[in-house]
Amino acid sequence: MPDSADLDVLRAAFREFVPHNKALGLELVEATYSPAVAILSLPFDARLVGNPDTGHLHGGVITSLLDATCGASVFLALKEPTPIATLDLRVDHLGPGTAGRGVIARAECFKVTRNVAFVRALAYHDAPAEPFATAVATFMISTPGKSVVAAALGG
Amino acid sequence: MSIVAAIERARATRDFNAFVGEVPYARFLGITVEERDGLLYGRMKFADHLVGNPTLPALHGGTLAALLELAAQFELIYRAETIVLPKTVTITVDYLRSAKARDTFVRANIVRQGRRVTAVHAQAWQDDESKPVARASANMLILGKT
Repeated sequence: MPDSADLDVLRAAFREFVPHNKALGLELVEATYSPAVAILSLPFDARLVGNPDTGHLHGGVITSLLDATCGASVFLALKEPTPIATLDLRVDHLGPGTAGRGVIARAECFKVTRNVAFVRALAYHDAPAEPFATAVATFMISTPGKSVVAAALGG
Repeated sequence: MSIVAAIERARATRDFNAFVGEVPYARFLGITVEERDGLLYGRMKFADHLVGNPTLPALHGGTLAALLELAAQFELIYRAETIVLPKTVTITVDYLRSAKARDTFVRANIVRQGRRVTAVHAQAWQDDESKPVARASANMLILGKT
């Protein structure tokens, strides 16, 4: 478990240094290094609705949240701050979720090779045992270099 | 106006942009559409809040996935394959190149129209349509005209 100072730095990195995460209102709420798990929250925002008749968030918002959460879990899995890029991402929508509610996403990076990191993730309202969307993603790991997150982490 | 009414109006007036404007998330991302030679093209205007990596700078991968998913939905509405907003069941996104801080374009194609589920491909590019920055394959639930 990262100590609170670490969590603060990570929180700043994922929100303050990533304009779109900030625009969506994403917050890193929990992070562990082993297992490499990140939990992010997305507050409900009427601007992110896909169908104004029902008030459900658009699927693309859930994809963005899952992508950001997956990326966060890869940073936690890497021993040194390293730039990463999403290679592919699949999202399954198990159900519509609940209109007007915020969403939590939990991602675990379960394997890192020299070039690629592998991640699984869930999106839910109350409990990870009751997900309404699931994701699998792979990320390319760049050669270590200067990045915003690296700088934020003192790299 | 309800979404179903907005879809019907777009069909009648051929003003698909007015429909796109009814989707709050499309407005949030700055997405508009344009009909050209019988094809529907989407455009996501660059804005600072779409950035995922400010040092490169590069667009957030989530914005590209959302652009592709919205394009797939709009294509189904444009092609009159559905009378309701299509629901995404699965979507797979491949990120092919870093998307720069500029406008991004998108087109979707219906691959196979089933009775309940339709397979749609979508591709997004910036300078050169033959060099896509991302592409997606989606299965969408529809409710067709009876």
